[in-house]
Amino acid sequence: MFKWKTDEFSWVDFTIDVLRILIVLAVVIGAWNTLSSGRITLAQWVNLFAAGLSQGSIYALIALGYTLVYGILLMINFAHGEVFMAGAFSTVFLAEAFNRTGFLNEQPLLAILLMIMFAGLVSMTVAILLERVAYRPLRGSPRLVPLITAIGASFFLQYTFRGLYGSAFKAYPQVKILQGAISIGGINIPIVQIFVFCSALVLMFGLYWLVERTRVGKAMRAVSENKEVASLMGIDIDWVIMFTFGVGGFLAGSAGVINGVFRPQGVNFFMGFIPGIKAFTAAVLGGIGNIPGAMLGGLFLGVIEAIGPNLVLAGLGIPGANQLKDVIAFTMLVLVLIFRPQGILGERLSEKKA
Amino acid sequence: MIRIFCSLIWAMNLFAVMHAPVAADAVCDDPLGCVEVGPDDPIVVGAMLVISGAINYLGEDTLGGVELALLDRDETLLNHEIELVVEDSLCTAEGGQIAAQRLAADPTVVGAIGTNCSSAAQGAIPIISESGMVMIAPSNTSPSLTNPDIAAGGSHRPGYFRTSQNGLIEGMRLAQFAIYELEAATLATVHDGDPYTSGLARAVADTFADIGGEVVFEGAVNKGDTDMSSILIEIAVHQPDIIYVPLFEPESNFFAAQMQYIVGLEDTIILGGAASFSSSFPENTGEAAIGIYVSGPLVSGGAYEQLLAQWLDEYGSDPPSGYHAHAYDATNLLLNALEAVAVVNEDGGLTIGRQALRDAVAATEDYPGLTGRLTCRDDSPFVGDCSPGTALAVFKITEAEVYDDHWPPPLAWNFAVDSFD
Repeated sequence: MFKWKTDEFSWVDFTIDVLRILIVLAVVIGAWNTLSSGRITLAQWVNLFAAGLSQGSIYALIALGYTLVYGILLMINFAHGEVFMAGAFSTVFLAEAFNRTGFLNEQPLLAILLMIMFAGLVSMTVAILLERVAYRPLRGSPRLVPLITAIGASFFLQYTFRGLYGSAFKAYPQVKILQGAISIGGINIPIVQIFVFCSALVLMFGLYWLVERTRVGKAMRAVSENKEVASLMGIDIDWVIMFTFGVGGFLAGSAGVINGVFRPQGVNFFMGFIPGIKAFTAAVLGGIGNIPGAMLGGLFLGVIEAIGPNLVLAGLGIPGANQLKDVIAFTMLVLVLIFRPQGILGERLSEKKA
Repeated sequence: MIRIFCSLIWAMNLFAVMHAPVAADAVCDDPLGCVEVGPDDPIVVGAMLVISGAINYLGEDTLGGVELALLDRDETLLNHEIELVVEDSLCTAEGGQIAAQRLAADPTVVGAIGTNCSSAAQGAIPIISESGMVMIAPSNTSPSLTNPDIAAGGSHRPGYFRTSQNGLIEGMRLAQFAIYELEAATLATVHDGDPYTSGLARAVADTFADIGGEVVFEGAVNKGDTDMSSILIEIAVHQPDIIYVPLFEPESNFFAAQMQYIVGLEDTIILGGAASFSSSFPENTGEAAIGIYVSGPLVSGGAYEQLLAQWLDEYGSDPPSGYHAHAYDATNLLLNALEAVAVVNEDGGLTIGRQALRDAVAATEDYPGLTGRLTCRDDSPFVGDCSPGTALAVFKITEAEVYDDHWPPPLAWNFAVDSFD
């Protein structure tokens, strides 16, 4: 368990182990203090957990885009948050039109499905263009080059959409059928949160099926494993990479609509930045390049973010614990990078991939 | 009626020209220097407003007030055209700093209307003050802006004035409303660290405690937060009767919309601040906005009705927010002070002493503005406060504002009529 005890003594290993013990102690003491005080009722914990699971579902859908691209190209597409924004921001106008005509509340499921398809197509187009214009010409260059390009593309997309739709905040209309809560054992769970979680699960299983059970999925796995050999087997590498970007984009656009149903407010050109960073954290947490890892990482991050401030930080007497939600998310990232760089489900990467 | 009003202002303008001091070649002995306006040059007035970003409706609203005040004088003062230079101060300290630097770099700018946000004012005030200019803010409310005691967190500098009410006054009135009208015994406050929201939250909490209520929770969210469940659960632990939430959109939308799902807050009332006093708030919050109280400016009277008619003529719609009258008053204070101190040279040019201009604004007493009778105070912590603080009301959002685009919401309390004092 303790590396410095088994191997040759090293101050770095010793410090990391001490840090590990301190973190575990802080979590245990904080959680103990909170739970023993009984300040928060079971119903309120369920409130937090359900909200966290829903938020985590959205992180997971975006994280899949990061992980797919990393799996196949070994690059972090930092513009992926903007791909999410592109679908969400564009579809808000369609949602408003559906609401004005009454279609949204007369045929809510069909309307949401159409919105998801539209957002998915917008985001898919943006992702494919991004790959074709910004990343493909740089394939084969040092890994830092596409990374910097991705950051530049991220700003480009933000300000392009600001130019297209303006800088004011927009909001998705509320879907009446999803308002209210279901009572399970006397505990109310909002219907919208159940819907978000289930929709995300359907999309995630859809992706898993696509990758594991179809020919194109097999091609994606082959390209991910070894591009040269896959090419020799007759697989069109460029097409598979473009398809992968498209699939990641579709999931991000879908996440944009699901996010709009879950938290309708705050739709603007900058809305993809924080979810993008959080989804990247989720992808690393689960094991970047690993599809189930991204799903698990997203859900885990959403729940930890929702529960952590009230469970651990408030128990440690830290004031303004709710404001440190992002600190928890990014601390998780740092801890994963220190203690388990391969992530929860990831395996140790080969030298080439690492 | 509008014509009579405009003619009256025009006649006053003419009278001012005739009676303005005339000098062969005025020598500037003003300690802060003078602005020289050539015989054919315009008088340059600056504006630092929110032109872009999520709350640009506030900038649009106040810019309209400024422009209508200039139109009332035919955009002319002392036989010189008035040129308006508008800078985007955003709603951040950096935005205010940049806007102020741009205006300060132009030696022909005599003074400025702005900023909209208290945070932008904090960035702008040191630069405007250092440059010798005057700034009159139409919608800043943070108490710190008129408090010259730096050690106590004040940020007032000479040259800063405002026609919007001080947050201390607004906070006091809202706390009284919560206790006396809503019969709340316990209060929670939530701000976002902005000087505007934190100043108001502090003022409401202080008065609430002073007049017998119990403040059970004081917390903050981060700007940009979308998930409010953590703070809402923390508040639910204390089960307050009322939560005072002077947040901007979209944080205020998220807060109100997510509160409906929190166990323990089913009967808690939300009282929002003027930052959410916009038709977009119920529209973006949805059903959860019904029943929420929001404070906001309320101006009435014949002269104000004329301004609204003029607005409709000029812009073809209603004002997008509630601070246009404050901006109108702020512009008139500046122009009146300019008329009082400008020395007309023999060639028709003007010499305007910067300190003299500040003194003239500071000397404003009982000026009959649209927002009340304005007197600029010089007592700490109200230095530069010119508003009587009566143009304030509380509104209650109903279904009509959420579903039928109706705005503004019905009045719940008018402090100009019943002030609890």
